[in-house]
Amino acid sequence: MDNIKPRVKVPKSASAGEVITIKTLINHPMESGLRKGKDGNLIPRQIINKFTCEFNGKPVFSCELEPAISANPYIEFSAKVTEAGTFKFSWLDDDGSVYETENKIAIK
Amino acid sequence: MRNQIIAKAAAVAMTALVPGVAFAGGPVDDELVIDGEIQMITRAAPPEGHPLDEVLSGWLYRTDETRMLETDTFENPGMLEVQDGADLWNTVDGTAGKSCASCHGDAEESMAGVGARFPKWDEASNRPINVELQINKCRTEEMGAEAYKFDAREQKALTAYVKHQSLGTPVAIDLAEGHMQSWWDRGNELYYTRTGQLNLSCASCHEQNNGNYIRADHLSQGNVNGFPTYRLKQASLVSLHNRFRGCIRDTRAEFPAAFSDELMALEVYVTWRGTGLSVETPAVRQ
Repeated sequence: MDNIKPRVKVPKSASAGEVITIKTLINHPMESGLRKGKDGNLIPRQIINKFTCEFNGKPVFSCELEPAISANPYIEFSAKVTEAGTFKFSWLDDDGSVYETENKIAIK
Repeated sequence: MRNQIIAKAAAVAMTALVPGVAFAGGPVDDELVIDGEIQMITRAAPPEGHPLDEVLSGWLYRTDETRMLETDTFENPGMLEVQDGADLWNTVDGTAGKSCASCHGDAEESMAGVGARFPKWDEASNRPINVELQINKCRTEEMGAEAYKFDAREQKALTAYVKHQSLGTPVAIDLAEGHMQSWWDRGNELYYTRTGQLNLSCASCHEQNNGNYIRADHLSQGNVNGFPTYRLKQASLVSLHNRFRGCIRDTRAEFPAAFSDELMALEVYVTWRGTGLSVETPAVRQ
């Protein structure tokens, strides 16, 4: 889909061992597949079905999303940071698209 | 005897509930600070001739959860559309090969505080003009592009982006320009005119009953400093004229067209009623 841009908020730096809060938001219609269009036919389902977050290649957090989740899903979670590195975020769309973004974090 | 006690207990419970618009908690005593930096004015002294003692932002009438959403521009869902507006600002459109940025440069500088002074007097069309109409004027006269249709995605996003550059700036419109005063007079008259099968005026709800409930909805003073506003009900930005029409429809009256003389007069008047409040665009409401 066009025009889909993930947004992520990660602190620029943290002390070693600190638990930080990560906020993510993506603009997506999360079409449930249960609604009917103006022509009376069902609008096909198209949702983000999975979200993952990795840190230096290791999984940190992932979740599956279901049709009941509303448009523009906002996901917030915590992570413990022990070393400097890169968080990699990805959102998987029903149509096969993958939206990705990365954020670096330094150790104070 | 026992029945009497129960009746009495019920009466006590009732008195606890009835003045209990208070349990709605609004308007609350809270301060709006956005991103921990921008101190917003949500309570202001009224301009001369204002019927209320204090001008209050609709933010004060919302639940804790809704208010929280507005304190962080990251969590504010309206910011997605503002971001969309930022992209449109830099997108070339029309036969002149220009974008907004071609003339106005960086919106963060050129548009700072601008949204807080609309609607303004437009000499050419001899009527007040709001941000939506100003954008359309630029598009048709400068860019050689088509005017956006009312409530087009682009219109809401770009309007919100322009107004967002005034985040925190107090609303101050100039009634001395052109014939703004006569449009204010007309808006004032419309504000107090009862319409529809329910026979309600704007004042019936927003002046006489703000702080009370209308069914499940908690009435505010109806100030417009946060428009276009992100409404959780629609899960997208809602323009001011859409909201005007929604309110008038709810009185079961026929509603005027967007940007019609009636609604422009109402915009002038209602914007003036919110004088001194910070622009909150995109505000988050129920």
